[in-house]
Amino acid sequence: MCLISRFAARLLIFVYLLVVGQTAHAGEKITIAAATDLKFALDEIVVLFSKAHPADRVETIYGSSGKFQAQIRQGAPFDLYFSADIAYSRALKDEGFAASEVQPYAVGRIVLWSPKLDTGKMSLTDLVDPSIRKIAIANPKHAPYGKRAEEALKAAGMWEKVEAKLVYGENVAQAAQFVQSGNAQVGIIALSLVVSPELARQGSYALVLDTLHQPLEQGFIVTKRAAGNMLAQAFARFMAGQEARAVMSRYGFLLPAEVK
Amino acid sequence: MESAFSAADLSAIWLTFKLAAVVTVILLLVGTPIAWWLARTRSFWKGPVGAVVALPIVLPPTVIGFYLLVAMGPNGPLGQLTQALGVGLLPFTFAGLVVGSVFYSLPFVVQPLQNAFEAIPERALETAATLRASAWDAFFSVALPLARPGLLTASVLGFAHTVGEFGVVLMIGGNIPDRTRVVSVQIYDHVEAMEYAAAHWLSAGMVVFAFLVLLALYTLNPTGKRK
Repeated sequence: MCLISRFAARLLIFVYLLVVGQTAHAGEKITIAAATDLKFALDEIVVLFSKAHPADRVETIYGSSGKFQAQIRQGAPFDLYFSADIAYSRALKDEGFAASEVQPYAVGRIVLWSPKLDTGKMSLTDLVDPSIRKIAIANPKHAPYGKRAEEALKAAGMWEKVEAKLVYGENVAQAAQFVQSGNAQVGIIALSLVVSPELARQGSYALVLDTLHQPLEQGFIVTKRAAGNMLAQAFARFMAGQEARAVMSRYGFLLPAEVK
Repeated sequence: MESAFSAADLSAIWLTFKLAAVVTVILLLVGTPIAWWLARTRSFWKGPVGAVVALPIVLPPTVIGFYLLVAMGPNGPLGQLTQALGVGLLPFTFAGLVVGSVFYSLPFVVQPLQNAFEAIPERALETAATLRASAWDAFFSVALPLARPGLLTASVLGFAHTVGEFGVVLMIGGNIPDRTRVVSVQIYDHVEAMEYAAAHWLSAGMVVFAFLVLLALYTLNPTGKRK
């Protein structure tokens, strides 16, 4: 009996230390929820930002824009929200979940990408080729890149012809992964992913004409919970600076016109 | 009020039940010999084989989904095999989901069967043998009837667990209507697209289904009945 209660006491202390022990940290911390197309670019920007703020911590979480938007409405602990479709950020702003204006930060592009086929000279009309059995796109229902891929296929008159070949990733990164693993031959995915060091050596890509779809205008907000958070404000300013813009344009994003 | 389920929802429900039914039948065929062997053997391999069968209980579905995606791809061993057999590649197909679900639900069928077989007294089988029943005969006319509660539990859990699958399907399914878009994925899509009403209908349906299945199991198969 005594042994058991001593064991239980130790167990409680152990759990207590596990929960409480990790909170000791000198600087501030912010969490950014961002669309998956930013995975590589934003990681680089965070590294640059952290050099100027060595005591602070910036945490990034990548996923589909729609999911994060719903989570922020439910009180998710995100300080900044980068959506692949600026409309998602605007909706949150209109509903009072933002502590800043909606900041446009980039315009994305979609590409045809394949590790095996030479996509260099391909266009959407080549997708009917029988050797292409599966084509991966992000789910148009809630992923902006998937929506734009659908629009482009429809505008090119190809949707009916290739619909049976389409497989849908939960987000644009999963669509890329379907192609990377060889299970789909071609993907219509984000330019910012295929120029990343990870994918750049693994294949070729062709830009999809941006006249075929609505622009992939992207925007971020500082969320309401981060109002007054200096670190979040500093990161928002850093995004507009030269260093961050250089990274963004290296990843193939078009930048919003300079505002002086 | 509009009809509760859209055509896409109904198609997902039908697909889910079809998948679970096929998987349950395959699992009973594959799982019964494994469970019988595990229950009766004194081999050194009992431990390792039992552990492998139980792996999906512990492993995150993402691990199973990731390895299956790679293994069933054009460069993976399973993918090479299916291509050589002329069936093509399994990811994004109904057959691929069946393969994934068989792995994923295997312990839920094998373990109840194994327990049931282990509970059969050795004497019952010995008696059958003295009556000159062949091993097959003894298995079908003595062991299986005695293991009936275990068989029922195994079928119900195998079926229900496959219906409740999400992670593996999300990773190898490709979300294709009528082929790989099962109910759990359809709910996820509804939530992502903020169609909460549609998500509620399907989710509540799943809760009712799960409750009824377990209720039936516990009513038909009271655990205290033995002896």
